Amino acid sequence: MLSPDIVGRTFPGADTTLVTAESIAAFAAVVGETNLDVAPPTYAISITLDQSQTLLQDSGLDWTRVVHGDQRFQIFRPIVAGDKLVCSSTIESARVMAGNEIVSVRSDLHSGPELVVSTWSTLVVRA
Amino acid sequence: MSTLEVGQELASKSYPINRELLVAYANASGDQNPIHQNEEFAKSVGLPDVIAHGMLTMALAGKYVSDISGSAAVKEFSARFTKPVVVPAGVDVSLVISAKVTAAENGLAKLDISASVDDVKVLGMAKATISLA
Repeated sequence: MLSPDIVGRTFPGADTTLVTAESIAAFAAVVGETNLDVAPPTYAISITLDQSQTLLQDSGLDWTRVVHGDQRFQIFRPIVAGDKLVCSSTIESARVMAGNEIVSVRSDLHSGPELVVSTWSTLVVRA
Repeated sequence: MSTLEVGQELASKSYPINRELLVAYANASGDQNPIHQNEEFAKSVGLPDVIAHGMLTMALAGKYVSDISGSAAVKEFSARFTKPVVVPAGVDVSLVISAKVTAAENGLAKLDISASVDDVKVLGMAKATISLA
């Protein structure tokens, strides 16, 4: 279980992720996308989910029992190769339903002061 | 893109999902959860077999949307993962995606997206907002 005091807290990202042309190409190849000028719409998850995982594991959540409930992206501009993105994450809510713990995490990807993509993930920790 | 009209049904496309694609997606996304690659592990946690990453299904739906608008025009995209996509060894599972235009005004269009495997919906409330500019 997550400790209740974590809910509502924002964890500023410490690391900067450099988006490489290779990482965009690898993601695009999986879905058959041939336009490599911008990242595919869900590319941001490759940065945000990893940081959420680290954050939530550090907060006591059993990642091996996590399933993805839902996902939302708001894309202010497409991610492109060369972007240096910092990910900050906020635990927006954590509640228990039918024995399952349901955690909602928002992650914001900034390039300098510019908000590039916001993601919302609902994660379900199976009882 | 300005030809999209409210109520318009967009043609369905099918996307094969197999074990090789799951490995490729795991490597591209960094999500190496063994339930998406290791049959023994998946069964040990109560799953019928290896399942696809929900985000792979969503990424393929994203490709469907990109083919309509271009990747750069996708402004919002959301989905619920309602049913796991089970991927047995040596099989191409066919993910079928279609969409309906629910709004088209002020340079933006909204799509309701349907994604199913064997006529069972695997995404719920899947929606995208695309720029028509």
